[in-house]
Amino acid sequence: MFRYIIRRVLLMIPTLLAISLLVFTIIELPPGDYIESYIAQLEAQGEAANPELLDFLREQYGFDKPAYERYFNWVVGMVQGDFGFSFEYHLPVSEVVGDRLFLTILISVATIIFTWLIAFPIAIYSATHQYSWGDHGLTLLGLLGLATPNFLLALILLYFANVVFGTSIGGLMDPEYLNQPWSVDKAISVLEHLWVPVVVVGTAGTAGLIRRLRANLLDELQKHYVVAARAKGLPQGRLLVKYPLRVAINFLVSDIGHILPHIISGSELVAIVLSLPTTGPILISALQSQDMYLAGSFLMFLSTLTVVGVLISDLALTALDPRIRLERGAES
Amino acid sequence: MFRPLKKNFTLIARYGNQLKKAVWIPLLEPPKATVPNLLKIRNLKVDFQIHGGVVHAVQDFSFDVRPGKIVALVGESGSGKSVTAQAIMGLLPAKARIAAGEMLFFDPETPEKPPIDLAQLRPESNAMRAIRGARIAMIFQDAMACFSQLHTIGDQVSEALFLHRDVSKKEGWELTEVMLGLVGFLNPAKAMHLYPFELSGGLRQRAMIAMALVCRPSLVIADESTTALDVSIQAQILKLIKDLREELNLSVLMITHDLGVVANVADEVVVVYQGHVMESGTVEDIFNAPRHPYLKALLNAVPQFDMKDKQRLIPVSTIQHSIGPLITGREPWPETENEDAPMLLVGDLNKSFVSRKGSFFGAGDATVVHAVRDVNFTVNRGECFGLIGESGSGKSTVSRCIMRALSPDTGQIIFNDRGSLVDMAKLDDAGLVPYRRKIQMVFQEPFSSLNPRMTIFDVIREPLIIHKVGNDETQKEIVKELMMAVGLDPRFLNRYPHSFSGGQAQRIGIARALALKPDLLVFDEPVSSLDVSIQAQVLNLLRDLQDELELTYLFISHNLAVVDYVADHIAVMCRGRLVEMASHDALFREPVHPYTRALMPAVPFADLNRRLDFSALMDGRMSDPRAWPKPFTVTDESSPEYVQVGDSHFVLASSEEEGAVLVR
Repeated sequence: MFRYIIRRVLLMIPTLLAISLLVFTIIELPPGDYIESYIAQLEAQGEAANPELLDFLREQYGFDKPAYERYFNWVVGMVQGDFGFSFEYHLPVSEVVGDRLFLTILISVATIIFTWLIAFPIAIYSATHQYSWGDHGLTLLGLLGLATPNFLLALILLYFANVVFGTSIGGLMDPEYLNQPWSVDKAISVLEHLWVPVVVVGTAGTAGLIRRLRANLLDELQKHYVVAARAKGLPQGRLLVKYPLRVAINFLVSDIGHILPHIISGSELVAIVLSLPTTGPILISALQSQDMYLAGSFLMFLSTLTVVGVLISDLALTALDPRIRLERGAES
Repeated sequence: MFRPLKKNFTLIARYGNQLKKAVWIPLLEPPKATVPNLLKIRNLKVDFQIHGGVVHAVQDFSFDVRPGKIVALVGESGSGKSVTAQAIMGLLPAKARIAAGEMLFFDPETPEKPPIDLAQLRPESNAMRAIRGARIAMIFQDAMACFSQLHTIGDQVSEALFLHRDVSKKEGWELTEVMLGLVGFLNPAKAMHLYPFELSGGLRQRAMIAMALVCRPSLVIADESTTALDVSIQAQILKLIKDLREELNLSVLMITHDLGVVANVADEVVVVYQGHVMESGTVEDIFNAPRHPYLKALLNAVPQFDMKDKQRLIPVSTIQHSIGPLITGREPWPETENEDAPMLLVGDLNKSFVSRKGSFFGAGDATVVHAVRDVNFTVNRGECFGLIGESGSGKSTVSRCIMRALSPDTGQIIFNDRGSLVDMAKLDDAGLVPYRRKIQMVFQEPFSSLNPRMTIFDVIREPLIIHKVGNDETQKEIVKELMMAVGLDPRFLNRYPHSFSGGQAQRIGIARALALKPDLLVFDEPVSSLDVSIQAQVLNLLRDLQDELELTYLFISHNLAVVDYVADHIAVMCRGRLVEMASHDALFREPVHPYTRALMPAVPFADLNRRLDFSALMDGRMSDPRAWPKPFTVTDESSPEYVQVGDSHFVLASSEEEGAVLVR
């Protein structure tokens, strides 16, 4: 086990290096750099740029150096915990992102739990009552959830949250708590606001998950070992939990690696509509203004999350599934 | 390999002392009370609700199961025998319901209470669940599929015990160990923590029997529980069931279509056909004086070893086929070439597979499995060459190498194409294309080898399209002739595979294999999944086609009697090695190799005068090359050779001098 984990963690290094190279290349691809888009921005506002300041900035951030050198500095910096400097915010990247990172993770985890809480019972019901009215109805509901655009749902829910519960529009907390240290009231305010984005981001995922879980369960319910378990006199409920669900969980676990980045990046549009203080909107504006260290670090963060997610799901699967763990250790 | 049952008594004694008496007595000692009848089925009727009507799967079944008896319910697929088992267990599919009749269960554990009518209980009611798994249990056909691969053997075998009996975790676990020991596990404590895929097929079957018996049921239903097994393992399992019956005072309802199994283990027989009981009685009555024509026909459809060379099987219903001009007329042999030269020569064939055997979470080292080792044989033109061996012996790998679905590691596969010899093992993909036409294959599973989304016409025509034979019009004609050649009506051509029965689907597979006018046909277990009566039809068809179309067959099967019926020469494979090769008379009447000699006594005959001698069973020891006595011993150092012991009779043995001893 230990050797396996070490091996997998070591394998992450070349993977992440390759990703960083890709990220850097993509960011470098559009013509110009941040200074040029900064000049363009100033000129658009009718102001003239101070050439000395620009030269100073160029030198400061190494835009005059060749690309490979900048790449090298960026990667070395990241390893040391220095994610570079955001031109747009005039702050170190870690400070810009760090604040929002926690809220992003909060929303994501809450969304995953929400998705599973809703999807599991529905999928189990649908699979055990295949082609019943309940199954058809829930399927329809799920498809509606899948088909409704997230931002539309977000607007509708915001409206009702405001009218019914008096929650303030937008954000993840009431405005008076912004930039305040954490307190019980602030946490309560966050929880009051949290459910809207969780429901919005969660619905689409839920529908998909229900469909996949239902199909998986239906497959498993056909299997002979389910009949064999019934022949032992096992009650339906216990049987379902012990055998088919146990198998279906493997499939969920193998999904973790993909769920994490999907939820984090998929919630960006919603985050803008709801003006959530998460990382999504920052990434988009950083990409637009070629704020390369911010964008680059953010993309690296997403990638690392994916790689770690895949590692976690692989390790969990290995622990959960004896077929993987004991691969062909057959005794004759 | 397995502990004989006598020693199991010591095992029980050893474990028994550690168990609480209260648990011990009801669970391992047979109930004292005897009831005249255990299960009394009267006028059972089961209906299936399907699209557009009702199917009466079981129309009128009445029979009894008496305590301590093995009752065989015999019939082919669709006769209603499995539905009956499901009805007794309360495991009928949602579309089925018991329309009439009663199934009275007299529980010997509670002889004072009135019998329970199983037909009246709702399948998911507590009363039914208390019986299912505890008083009546079931052994299924495919042990691999009947175990969850994610739970240990111990977990699954002990499950019913914890469900039905008031035992502590420790007691239950110990009882499960005892039961595993009883069914023949050498190291039950270790087996408890293994997963099903870590066991061999025979042990998995034993574990499944333990799973059914762990609560000490009075009645066990065995649904085709030995059908999928190799002869030697089948014989071991049958022996086990017989022994357990005596030891645990068990009644067994055995559902099977194999009359050989019935003759060897059953006390009473119930023959069913299309939802009706045809005949029932003791096994002696049934076999010595079969009255009903269906039963007589069934007995005639089973291949026997002592059949005359030209004697044919008599199927329950025969099929008529006709050969058209388009599929006959193979390219003639040039006059200068020797027509008697072998068609196929396989020389020193080797094939190994590399698998990563992981130690616990470790990266694991690659292990090499030698599926085929130094296999040599020749197939003469126009003959049927049989290849027998148990699963895992490498016989299918050989066939796939010949088809070049696999590439052999070393060795030659020389195909004689009208005098020009081609080594198939050396050809690349492009070079193989012309020879693909000459060698065709028929598979074991008729349905999974036919694409369910293609009509039969498309299925049979596909080879013609791939090899660009004829135009649209001639292709249509050829397909029609092929259908008639296998005795199917060409009007069925626009149907899809699912609308055919297993035997018909297999004939479609044969028609497809004949489409390109091949010279050599490879059959991999072509009749293993078919009922006896259908099997006879297909075997007769294969014989006829071979004569009419001048075909050469390579016929692979684990069913010795079937191979004996169709094959001229037979080779026996074990653990990747070809151990003996002879004409079919010589092989079965004068076997030389210890493995071959161990095979024959394990074949169950549908004949009461030739019952299996269970005490003489070799317990599978003869499958291990290291256990073969001299001069047959094969070790890593020795290099055995083929020694001729008779006219075209070869056996694998170490050296010439010692081999000479073999000739009798």
